[in-house]
Amino acid sequence: MNERLSSQRFLALPFGIWATLFIVLPLFFVLWNGLKDVENGGFTLVHLQTVLQWEYLKALGLSVELALISTFICLVLAYPLCLILRERKESRGLLVFVLFLLPLWMNSLLTTMAWQTILEKHGLINMFLQSVGLPEVHIINTPLAIIIGMVYNFLPYMVLPLYVAINRIDSSIIEAARDLGANPYQTFRRVLLPLSMPGIVSGSTMVFIPALTTFVISALLGGNKVLLVGNIIEQEFTAAYDWQLGSALSMVLMVFIILNILLEAFTDNGEQAKKGVRP
Amino acid sequence: MEKELLRLERVNKSYDGRQILEDLDLTIHENEFVTLLGPSGCGKTTILRLIGGFETPDSGKIWFDGQDITHLQPEKRQVNTVFQKYSLFSHMDVAENIAFGLKLKGKSASYIRDKIKYALKLVNLDGYEHARVTQMSGGQQQRIAIARAIVNEPKVLLLDEPLSALDLKLRQNMQRELVKIKRELGITFVFVTHDQEEALSMSDTVVVMNQGWIQQIGTPENVYNEPENAFVADFIGDSNIIDGIMVRDKLVHLLGKDIPCINTGFGENVPVDVQIRPEDIQICAPEDGQFTGRIKQVVFKGTVYDITIEAGGFEWLVQTITGHEQGKEVGIKLAASNIQIMAKPESEDEEAVSDE
Amino acid sequence: MQKIKTTYLAFIVAFLYAPIVVLIAQSFNASRYRGQWTGFTWEWYEKLIESEDIINAFSNTLTIGVTSAILATLLALVTALGMRQMGRQSRMLLRGLANVPLLNADIVTGISLMLLFLGLGLKLGYDTILLAHIVISLPYAMLCILPQVLTMENVWYEAARDLGATPFQAFRKVILPELMPGIVAAFLLSFAMSADDFIVTYFTKGAGIETLTTEIYSELKLGVHPEMYALSTLFFCGVLVFAALLMLNYKVISRYRAAERRGQEA
Repeated sequence: MNERLSSQRFLALPFGIWATLFIVLPLFFVLWNGLKDVENGGFTLVHLQTVLQWEYLKALGLSVELALISTFICLVLAYPLCLILRERKESRGLLVFVLFLLPLWMNSLLTTMAWQTILEKHGLINMFLQSVGLPEVHIINTPLAIIIGMVYNFLPYMVLPLYVAINRIDSSIIEAARDLGANPYQTFRRVLLPLSMPGIVSGSTMVFIPALTTFVISALLGGNKVLLVGNIIEQEFTAAYDWQLGSALSMVLMVFIILNILLEAFTDNGEQAKKGVRP
Repeated sequence: MEKELLRLERVNKSYDGRQILEDLDLTIHENEFVTLLGPSGCGKTTILRLIGGFETPDSGKIWFDGQDITHLQPEKRQVNTVFQKYSLFSHMDVAENIAFGLKLKGKSASYIRDKIKYALKLVNLDGYEHARVTQMSGGQQQRIAIARAIVNEPKVLLLDEPLSALDLKLRQNMQRELVKIKRELGITFVFVTHDQEEALSMSDTVVVMNQGWIQQIGTPENVYNEPENAFVADFIGDSNIIDGIMVRDKLVHLLGKDIPCINTGFGENVPVDVQIRPEDIQICAPEDGQFTGRIKQVVFKGTVYDITIEAGGFEWLVQTITGHEQGKEVGIKLAASNIQIMAKPESEDEEAVSDE
Repeated sequence: MQKIKTTYLAFIVAFLYAPIVVLIAQSFNASRYRGQWTGFTWEWYEKLIESEDIINAFSNTLTIGVTSAILATLLALVTALGMRQMGRQSRMLLRGLANVPLLNADIVTGISLMLLFLGLGLKLGYDTILLAHIVISLPYAMLCILPQVLTMENVWYEAARDLGATPFQAFRKVILPELMPGIVAAFLLSFAMSADDFIVTYFTKGAGIETLTTEIYSELKLGVHPEMYALSTLFFCGVLVFAALLMLNYKVISRYRAAERRGQEA
């Protein structure tokens, strides 16, 4: 390009400074706090060793378990939804889509709290069960309640990337699969699923990470009976004031995040390689 | 020839160390329809961008009407461009697009209105003032782009492959219309294309380019009938190009035989390229031919038959109006006036290289 | 089959709207406590104006949201224009960097920013929330603007210059309007991200300042003031009306365009 345009490149300079200061540097502060030896100066691994205690490992394990379950449920709920939305693209598609985006505008703390009202001992579900003469169910303050809260809060994060990926699949590809003798299940298994894989992966990472690290949902719907790793970190910073331990736990979370990014980058590259084949 | 309007003088241009144009000289006259013709990457678009002011030459000068405009900003040049595609501003309607340049110049509202009306009429789209450009067909969009350029009354209109995105029928229509518009406006058109048919049918002057070099400048008839080298011969129309040796004036040694021709001045025993157009070859009985061979393939093309004949160790492409039988033994006859002798390229750079 | 699909859609919609219906109901509940219905009232809507905490938090949310959205959009636009002229590699690097806050967990972002602000000796408060909100909205703003800027043809700029525009005029009259949809989307999304954020705000706000989300959180233990339900209901209705208008507009425009197209073909 010519000289005038190449000087445009310097427009990215402010962002370079910004990113160094507010994206890269903060992460080093976490590393520094997680590795800092408060008593003797220098660095130590003692905080990371503390993380290995049973109580923390248990919280971490539970967090991973609940996050995986919620991610899976989100995927199972979202996939048919996106397929239906894809069909209705033209006609009432817009209306349906807006219908799914509107709840995002309600404050998520308040909606999560509303789930308390629905799920609690004298809540709406139990009132309904009672009125038809069925036994009460105990959901609030259990992992199930947390999973419901996670699915509710993070379902849109699954729907959006998945919808984009599924919508991009040309219907002629599906028709071609049927034409070549694939039944609906085979078409799904061998054509639709692989083609929508980038959407599945990116949706899953977008649900998994906030689900793994939440402390609000577990605080509201778990009633302090279910401790997730997010709750522990929050307490270390706001109540216990053990920043070193909190930072060390954050570092553990960062490992998960990095794994997630790698997973996504991997499928992304695969997709690009596939694109490269086409003219 | 009309008065000189635009001159590129020893222009050099390279990108990332790759030389695109080397010591290029080109003169364009008033009211001329000049076509820059060549394969992609030959530098033709770069010339257009240099004239438009979007690039500056590494060295050399560009003269316009006697003034040095080498470093003049694009908005100050009396030149407008019709870009290859998508150059219409999608947030404006047709009239706003056309009025863009006039508004910047501070023209009055009534002047602008008249100009829009005139320009739309010229490109056969009257009444489309308030249509949205995003919903027009490719051909309509390109007409609007032309209208938007010409209302500024440029002395030169630059057209960068404006028809390449259109389908065949539309392209042929637009070719005729462009010539009509050009005649009506009486300004200079510099037209870039890689389509030889387009170049031949529209231009006053064709500039054939390859790899940053001008291969030949001439009228369409000129470059078709008397190509100066194998690249031009090969790029424009179909050709049989055969290595030969100029024995002396008016006699060339071709595929083991001495064949009379009409060219002179190449010297004696000089290697040359020999070009014969497929429609200039006569098929005759084997005993009457200068070469004899067998018909390998016959393809019906609508108006002509493409016939491949293996003769004298060469696969000849011959075009005839009547069909012939595959496998038949035939002779080939060449009239001396239909044999075009061309000097071999001096450097490898000039070697005919084209994938298109 | 069609029935199953409709039922499924209905189920999901019910799931998504159940808590919202509960919230709206609570805003009209005479009882101060959620979970027991003692009758209908407008009281909380009337008291909303007087409840200073909520109004304060609301105005903080609004000003921080607008300011951070403007700054994030501006930074994203300038950066995107710069990235246009970059090679693939450096572009990928910048994109990756910009996406870190998007892929990172909010709790890690919040803590890391808190540690940074305190480490730099800043006092936690309004300004630190603002900075933090620009950090978290920037990737979304980039997501909206970057594809538009990168796919924008050079030819628009050049066409404007060709028709007599100076570089500044070309930018203001052509480039900016062409990018406007992306810019508006970036602003709206950035604002939404800022207004709805709780976790990052929670760690970077310091004492004595609340946004709506942190105000709600602090009230949770003692019971949320019903005025908050009233405010949320009002806000949700506002969004509803906005969405309805948008869709109506879309329908009218598409109908108008269809008519226009027919008119031209005739």
